[in-house]
Amino acid sequence: MLSRVANSIYWLNRYIERAENVARFIDANYHMALDVPGGAAAQWQPLINTTGDHELFAELYGETSQEAAIEFLTFDRNNPNSIRSCVRAARENARSVREYISSEMWEQLNTFYLMLSDAAQDTSMDLPHQFFVDIMNASHAFIGITDATMTHGEGWHFGRLGRMLERADKTTRILDVKYFILLPSVDYIGSPYDNILWAALLRSASAFEMYRKRHGRIHPEKIVDFLLLDGRFPRAVHYCLTTAEISLHNITGTPRGSFANEAEKQLGRLLAEFDYADIREIIDGGLHEYLDNTQNRLNVVGNAVQEVFFSPRPAALANESQTQE
Amino acid sequence: MKFDGYDTEGFYDELFDASNQPRPGADLLIERIDKLQESELQRRQRAAERALLNLGITFNVYGHESQTEKIFPFDIVPRIVQAQEWLTLESGLKQRITALNAFIDDIYNEQKIIKDGVIPADLVFSADGYRKQCLGLKPPGRIWCHITGTDLVRSGDGQFYVLEDNLRCPSGVSYVLENRMLMKRTFPQVFEACSVQPVTDYASRLLDMLQELAPAGVRAPTVAVWTPGIYNSAYFEHSFLAQQMGVQLVEGSDLVVIRGEVMMRTTQGLERVDVIYRRIDDDFMDPQTFRADSMLGVPGLMEAYAKGHVALANAPGTGVADDKAVYAYVPEIIRYYLGEDPIVANVPTYACWRDDERQYVLENLDKLVVKAVNESGGYGMLIGPHASAAERAEFAQRIKAKPRTYIAQPTLDLSRVPVLVNDHFEGRHVDLRPYILYGKSSIYVLPGGLTRVALKKGSLVVNSSQGGGSKDTWVLNAGGGASPESPLRTEEEKPC
Repeated sequence: MLSRVANSIYWLNRYIERAENVARFIDANYHMALDVPGGAAAQWQPLINTTGDHELFAELYGETSQEAAIEFLTFDRNNPNSIRSCVRAARENARSVREYISSEMWEQLNTFYLMLSDAAQDTSMDLPHQFFVDIMNASHAFIGITDATMTHGEGWHFGRLGRMLERADKTTRILDVKYFILLPSVDYIGSPYDNILWAALLRSASAFEMYRKRHGRIHPEKIVDFLLLDGRFPRAVHYCLTTAEISLHNITGTPRGSFANEAEKQLGRLLAEFDYADIREIIDGGLHEYLDNTQNRLNVVGNAVQEVFFSPRPAALANESQTQE
Repeated sequence: MKFDGYDTEGFYDELFDASNQPRPGADLLIERIDKLQESELQRRQRAAERALLNLGITFNVYGHESQTEKIFPFDIVPRIVQAQEWLTLESGLKQRITALNAFIDDIYNEQKIIKDGVIPADLVFSADGYRKQCLGLKPPGRIWCHITGTDLVRSGDGQFYVLEDNLRCPSGVSYVLENRMLMKRTFPQVFEACSVQPVTDYASRLLDMLQELAPAGVRAPTVAVWTPGIYNSAYFEHSFLAQQMGVQLVEGSDLVVIRGEVMMRTTQGLERVDVIYRRIDDDFMDPQTFRADSMLGVPGLMEAYAKGHVALANAPGTGVADDKAVYAYVPEIIRYYLGEDPIVANVPTYACWRDDERQYVLENLDKLVVKAVNESGGYGMLIGPHASAAERAEFAQRIKAKPRTYIAQPTLDLSRVPVLVNDHFEGRHVDLRPYILYGKSSIYVLPGGLTRVALKKGSLVVNSSQGGGSKDTWVLNAGGGASPESPLRTEEEKPC
């Protein structure tokens, strides 16, 4: 397939995944802020930090407030990672490969885009829970339609590779920020809020129910274990890396466990580390350092994919934010 | 929904005759619409528009900041062309394209028509679409204009005239196909009853024609559609045609010339391309041959083309024959190459570079339409009867300053077709753009084509960029009978 087409399918899936994650972060945070007494604003700054766009936010809005945070993350076109910007970028990419993907995928994505454009113009809306649920559902529908209507060949694997790398990145980010906030707050430990905050973290990754089934009691170390190292939960980093690696080897035909290019080498090493990781060692060595390192390694993988398969990048989108944070 | 109050207001109407009676062939359609419940037609119209938006069948408008994508407005009442009329048009279009192709081939090779004094040399060489880089080129089968979309209008006298020959990258055929799809969904029973010639095999015919162009010895040619990219106003069409033909849609950055061969960059390395249906202007194709500042082009492409390693449709340089000044000579061109009189006439045209004709134009600006020869899409135009005195005075100055760049034509009473306006019908002016495929083995004229409607009351400008819409065009089969495009039949069963 054309490199440009592969690039667009990869990015369109990353952008959809990114939009879905931002919607989930907002929704989970919104509900947590209702449960924690006082200082709702204090819950929003960490969320902005999660996306990596805190400097842009400070420049555009100054003070942190719930309204500003939601506007910035949902509709602001100046924020390249707002839900609206992501869906717009996904649609632009889809438009450029419209003859390659299935009509059903295009129509679903186009309808998703039109829904957001309508919502952005409707100033009377008070951003109900349902709106963010609709966004997450639209993303899930897109994934389902993709699986059901597109040949599971090279293009499909590029899409899944993009989605899995994006999702792994987002899970490490939400874990990083929340863990940083949660762990040292001695005031909360043992208080009723302790459970609420940790549960909110799980909800940010749609992981609450599945965690309960797996581990039962809310326990910080087990939560970190679940979100990082679980091999079967679809938002856990380990699961994402495994699936991404399978797709990458489907694209190239190189047997798993060996490598023929930089992308396979980098992703294979990162996955091997997760295959043999131990949660106790990770915590003892410093969770933040571990997450930070994982994000950097994910960027290295992303750049290698870009270099090996997509170079040169398409002219039409050269100015877009098709870069990793 | 009744046509009771509908008034042709003295214009030639495509569905009704001068005494407001349905024309032959239109009666069935009108009877069916008459039987529909009040508001049923509006409901179907709205459903069709919503479908277009959700499907993303849109075009881009330059200069609109807020909303750059719009659906091409679609009117639900089809335009009907009688079988006999169509036969005449079809033979006229084939005649015209054969002569124009011979003209282009002559201009870039022997230039006999100039030597014989039929058309002035300076007029040809100053044409905006003339490309000296094409001199001496001999494309496969000596065919230059593979895909043409000729603009026809019908005047108050009931005759069709050729308004413009679009020989470069005519667009709009995707709307013909999509409009037909929408109409079949919307009015399946009417399709059963009327006998409409099919348009659905356009993509197959286009693919066949393109594959024929492949360099000798290539058994399974790789065909690609070349688009300038998603910001081009016709991007939807490029993508649609590639999808319908099942070929690659490429941008300039996907292509590279290596050792005289055109290759595309894939995730598995480079792959050879044999035929390119290019939807990009000559100027931007190859920075080594044409405009050096083109960011969209492929360096070395023209060299590969000249060597016959890749085929291009349309060939570069065809624009010389759709220059509005050259247009004035097309009747002579037909007589010169074919020894025949034109079957479909030109609109009478005054050439402002001829002193006597310029004088006439300047004295009669209030009755004429003046067109800049190098502009299209309804830009650079003066519609005399609708213009203010100041606008006419300004155009008079422009004509005197650059006579070569203007032609003038009488304002035509373009024919009209009923369109749905809220809860009733009103007449609106239309033109007709049939599409012609000039292949090595035959010339195919798509039965029907794009009927463009000036949706603004009284307006004569049908361009999509200026408030135009479109309609499905039904060319009836001779003799009537069951429709070959009945929605119950499958693709395979359709006669070609």
